[in-house]
Amino acid sequence: MVFAAIYILDFSVQAAIRVEPSLRDSAVALVDGVPPQVKVVAANGRAFQAGTELGMARNVADQFESVQIRPRSHLHEKAAHAALLDFGWSISPRIEDTAPDTIVIDLAGLSSLFGSQENIARRLLQQIVALGLTAHIAIASNIDAAIHAARGFSGITLIPSGEESKHLGSLPVGVLRPSPETLDTLELWGVRTCEALAALPVLQLSERLGQEGVRLHEWAQGAGARSLVLADPATCFEEGIVLEDSVEELEPLSFLLGRLLDQLCMRLTARSLAISIIRLRFSLDPSGREDVQRRGNSNISARLKKKSSVFETAISLPVPIRDSKLLLKLLRLKLQSDPPQAPIQKIFVAAEPAKPRALQADLFLPSSPHAEKVELIIARLANLVGDSNIGSPHLLDTHHPDAFCMDHFTPAGAEPKAPQRKKPLKSNRPYWGVKPEIEKPALGFRMFRPSLPASVHLQEGLPKSVLIRGTHGKVIGASGPWRTSGDWWREDNWHQDEWDLEIRFQLPSDPLEIHSASRPQHGLYRFHFDSLQRKWFVRGIYD
Amino acid sequence: MKFLATLRNDLEAALAGRVPSRFTHRPQKIIETVSTGIPEIDSLTGGLPRGSLTEICGPPCSGHMSMLLAALAARTEKLEACALVDGHDAFDPLSAEAAGVNLKHLLWVRCRNIDQSLRATNLLLQSGGFGLIALDLSDIAPQTVRYIPLNAWFRFQKTVEDTPTILLLLDQESNTKTCASLVLSLGRNSARWSAPPEVAQSQSQPNSLARLLDGSGVHAKVLRSRITPVTAISSHPDFAPRAEAHSQETFRGYSETGFEVRTMWSYSGAMTSSPADSKL
Repeated sequence: MVFAAIYILDFSVQAAIRVEPSLRDSAVALVDGVPPQVKVVAANGRAFQAGTELGMARNVADQFESVQIRPRSHLHEKAAHAALLDFGWSISPRIEDTAPDTIVIDLAGLSSLFGSQENIARRLLQQIVALGLTAHIAIASNIDAAIHAARGFSGITLIPSGEESKHLGSLPVGVLRPSPETLDTLELWGVRTCEALAALPVLQLSERLGQEGVRLHEWAQGAGARSLVLADPATCFEEGIVLEDSVEELEPLSFLLGRLLDQLCMRLTARSLAISIIRLRFSLDPSGREDVQRRGNSNISARLKKKSSVFETAISLPVPIRDSKLLLKLLRLKLQSDPPQAPIQKIFVAAEPAKPRALQADLFLPSSPHAEKVELIIARLANLVGDSNIGSPHLLDTHHPDAFCMDHFTPAGAEPKAPQRKKPLKSNRPYWGVKPEIEKPALGFRMFRPSLPASVHLQEGLPKSVLIRGTHGKVIGASGPWRTSGDWWREDNWHQDEWDLEIRFQLPSDPLEIHSASRPQHGLYRFHFDSLQRKWFVRGIYD
Repeated sequence: MKFLATLRNDLEAALAGRVPSRFTHRPQKIIETVSTGIPEIDSLTGGLPRGSLTEICGPPCSGHMSMLLAALAARTEKLEACALVDGHDAFDPLSAEAAGVNLKHLLWVRCRNIDQSLRATNLLLQSGGFGLIALDLSDIAPQTVRYIPLNAWFRFQKTVEDTPTILLLLDQESNTKTCASLVLSLGRNSARWSAPPEVAQSQSQPNSLARLLDGSGVHAKVLRSRITPVTAISSHPDFAPRAEAHSQETFRGYSETGFEVRTMWSYSGAMTSSPADSKL
């Protein structure tokens, strides 16, 4: 068995740099604590060289102009750790989540894919750098030896089987991460390296340091064998950023969202997954709300008071997408139509993963719009005409007139299914010729939304003349009444008689000046008498 | 002719080095056409041209929607994605489904004004991939549609050119001028009513409770057409239905025709079911 341990140096600092890549070549120190007890808790090598020390007060650290001071963010560290785990799962399904800054990967069987151990290590290092992290990698047949070598040696370390003690000997005892008391004791004994610790008699060591001493002795020798504690793959992907200054405008917000989406898509790519639902959550700035309230806009203030300090929105994608630019455009359009009502302090982006769409073009299916492009177009159109005014109509299972709902439009190619076989042509029926009587084209109908009020004069129960918007018309043909009713148990129940009327209008006629400015002398209309309101309406026109 | 040839040679010699190529005729494009879903219109026009703007004009109640539904039914039957930009939110999904339109393959954009309609059409044309994009301005006053600048139609025509998309415009008056490859004018004949034979024989009153609206006639006239029949390129009906049709049936070239449209509950001669049931 061969294991690779990956250790991220200065993990907290690298997690902050991952969110803010411009700090990559800078001296960075992280501060944490409750004011006024805000102290430096982590720093990178450049910051230490500049004079920063751990435990230094923030006001003192601020005096080092070359050092960038940032607050420590557990959110950033959590995201960086998740990215590290995703990277591990992209290599092997057997990984151990040893510590926030350390993972161990089981390399069994990977040599046939990636070649020698050295090649595997180089490949791992390249991919980690692409994630925006700097790591030390050690490969050994012993899990703990690999972990300690990764923590102690920089770059790539290869430890052949049986030579663990020799390689770990030069490392300081600190890489074994003993408790502070034990470390002080070992320091007092003059034991500073693993080699020195491994040379101590284990029995006496256990008498003085207990089980911890035995364990440290075993680690220092590179001995001991344990199984990998396998980590469960994550099912939800999250990225977040805490902002020092709140963001109000869409442009800077898009910049930040783009960065988070890039990271998210990179993690998903490592796992060979795509996004099916993307959720956006903003923590809004309470002081920004007060500013808005102070401006005296009572309407907005009242609305803000009612709303919580968290803004949430989500986009459900019919086709799994992994294109960060496309996702950013969709989120921008969503935020344009429904913007947050206060400045944004924290941004969280969560993605529900799905398997990417694998579709082979069909020779017998016509080309359809690209599913990802359709999503973008629909988002733009929804921004133009409103969410409820775009989609595929879906008829509801009711006799209620004009009953339909709008479904999300998905092009035919997005859903793989068997092509519909065309019906075989009958020999006595030419393909392009005149079709039988029954296959005449259907009469179209135009709906008036809402229905137009009208007056109808009845004679012996039959419509004789109508009055629509002040224009008289004579009924020259009628069919009806066709009675429908339903939902009597609800408030919006209906009960109406429908009539198909052919009407000849008196010239000059302009019965539907809103709907058309031309003057049809006669037309076919569908009227209905609402028995509940006791009124006549025009439902539409046959066209 | 000899003079023209000489003149052409002189011009080419004078402009040598200043124009990129010799004066040659633009190669005539072969426009692929597909069925409108109405055989009479197919015979009249040769079908709906792909990569072109087709305008269907006529007064209200003249058969715009019937023709649109026939075209949508024909395209969605072939699993093509279609889009309808509804200028006045007048589309009726129930009658569309009855006409054979596969609503799953239809993207319906319900607009409130002409500005939204034009913007939506532009976005859809830019996206590409749709088999048919219909812009329905039939319910918008012709005075308003007339104010759309000609360059808008020209831009639409240029966008749809060299794509397999059919751009169908429905309005009351022809507005696209030379931008449209096919302009068709529609008009409605009187309605056709039907009744069971026993009722028809016994009743002579014009307004009968026992009769149904059966449909009506529509007459169509070609106002402009740039479509030329194509030659057959394949005998497979899936690949070249139009080409096959032209190879079998000569393009008639009539400038006017008529066709009948039926209601979804229509019957011929004898009533097959209760009118209320079939109407519902």
